[in-house]
Amino acid sequence: MGEFLINNTGDAVPVMAYQLVSLIMFFAGIYGFFTRKNLMMMLIAVELILNAADINFAVFNRYLYPGQMDGMFFALFTIAIAACETAVAIAIIINVYRNFGNADVDNLKKMKG
Amino acid sequence: MTEQIIFYLLALAITVFSILAVTSKLIVRSATYLLFVLLATAGLYMLLGYHFLFAVQISVYAGGIMVLFIMAIFLTHKPGTSVRTKRGWRIKSSALLSLAGIVLCGYIIITNGIRTYQFMERDGFTMQEIGSTMLGSQKGQYLLSFEMMSILLLACIVGAILIARKTKTTDHDTNETDQ
Repeated sequence: MGEFLINNTGDAVPVMAYQLVSLIMFFAGIYGFFTRKNLMMMLIAVELILNAADINFAVFNRYLYPGQMDGMFFALFTIAIAACETAVAIAIIINVYRNFGNADVDNLKKMKG
Repeated sequence: MTEQIIFYLLALAITVFSILAVTSKLIVRSATYLLFVLLATAGLYMLLGYHFLFAVQISVYAGGIMVLFIMAIFLTHKPGTSVRTKRGWRIKSSALLSLAGIVLCGYIIITNGIRTYQFMERDGFTMQEIGSTMLGSQKGQYLLSFEMMSILLLACIVGAILIARKTKTTDHDTNETDQ
């Protein structure tokens, strides 16, 4: 408790606060992924989840290993992978829209077989 | 103290806008709330002292991906119509599941979180350090990942074009075989 007070009254924001922010963002993404029927909305929820993971990479790097930059590079590569994933997913969504007339996820039952 | 005030403002923005982004009925609004979340995240990176990550987050996420999102939304949706969601019990059970997850992980973070650390003041990394880490091939440097990423981007471009383009000849062929 003592260290917690020292860290809380000092200048630095505690690690825990960053973790709680990314936790809320992550579970908002999970909720959106489970409740949405629309493919674009599900993609937005996935972006939230990936972004929450990025925050954790950067925060752990900055607070626990401030001399290194591995967490920062992991966050950079995650951003690049998220860009790739979004581009391919949007191509698929446009294809689904072209074939079915809307972009709802329950269309995908009749894709094949 | 200023740092803490800025952090709590950004945290409030992230919380409110990420919840609004997954509960809004209009898809364009949802995308706009996502944009605010991404910008606030970029603010967190700036607060941590990662200026390069801040620039990448703004230019790739808030610039590139959001433009792609909004173009795709206008290609696939009529503006102003609200999207369908799943049935009532699905929404209730997923809200319950997410709340349970927040409570469980929040409890773990608060009871077992990292309390003993020495916050070291330091300046941001220089561009030279970042460049030599990204393009060096020694221990702790990331040339291989960087090149893998370029191949991944190439594969992604080819795949996206292949999936999304209109194939006139094959459409014609399938029409003929259907007839």
